[in-house]
Amino acid sequence: MSGPTDSKRDEIRSYVIGYCLAVALTGAAFAIVHWPSFVSTTTLAVVLGLAFVQIVVHFRFFLHISLRKSARDDLQLILFSTLIVILMVSGTLVILFNLRARMM
Amino acid sequence: MSANQVKHAGLNLGGTDELTHEQAEIAVFGFWVFLMSDAVLFALLFATYGVMLSATVGGPTPASEYKILPVFLETLALLTSSFTYGMASVAMKHGASRRQLLGWMGATLVLGAAFLGMELHDFATMFGDGAYPTRSGYLSSFFALVPLHGLHVFFGSIWIIVMMVQVMIFGLDARVKINILRLGLFWHFLDIVWIAIFSVVYLQGLIR
Repeated sequence: MSGPTDSKRDEIRSYVIGYCLAVALTGAAFAIVHWPSFVSTTTLAVVLGLAFVQIVVHFRFFLHISLRKSARDDLQLILFSTLIVILMVSGTLVILFNLRARMM
Repeated sequence: MSANQVKHAGLNLGGTDELTHEQAEIAVFGFWVFLMSDAVLFALLFATYGVMLSATVGGPTPASEYKILPVFLETLALLTSSFTYGMASVAMKHGASRRQLLGWMGATLVLGAAFLGMELHDFATMFGDGAYPTRSGYLSSFFALVPLHGLHVFFGSIWIIVMMVQVMIFGLDARVKINILRLGLFWHFLDIVWIAIFSVVYLQGLIR
């Protein structure tokens, strides 16, 4: 952090690390589906877990959002939107699956 | 430097261009609000897809329609384009030559176009198999969700072309820099939506 050159190198390194992590996580998710080694529910849980980690990696290394450096406004906006998304998606799924179960 | 970094999150100009950095703060926050509203829209289409997944009415199913190799290649194309756009952002921020900036943006554009080409080919194959939107609830929700992302990538690609022309004509003035920041947020955001699509739609459908 002493001069612009250092900072530029740090930034490029951050993108390279993020890219390598993202490729590894993507590859792992596709590999576990292409060569199944667990029962299907475990595979699904692993795939969704990998997707969550990869989303965090993208936010951290490509969008430069982190808990430490981010401005509070942006982070709060993202976290609040995430809360809304979780409420609406899980609410939709719970209600409609329940409805389907009752109609069967 | 560290004081600058907390001013606004995400991509920023930092200490390299103080004046534009100040201006970018509000513009970029506003763009985040748009992105998050777009995220809510995508999330509800995901919820619809989840509900409709079993409504195949004896027609095509996820397992019969999805192919893992094209989806993997599309994922790599989009992921790499996110990286090349990152390199374009760094080139802009640290005053690299205009040719270098345009080169990275051009690479992003080519990868975005490759993604769209492969995705359209997938859709054409599905249509050929009789998997079209009006066939079942599952296919309606699939074609509401996945092509909407493709449409975002398409307009993102047009935006990249517009920004390349602006860089060539206006050079890197404050307005162009802020637009490139916003385009970066948009492009990286589309890649995040794609992570959810390949995991929830394609990989879930292909699990045996």
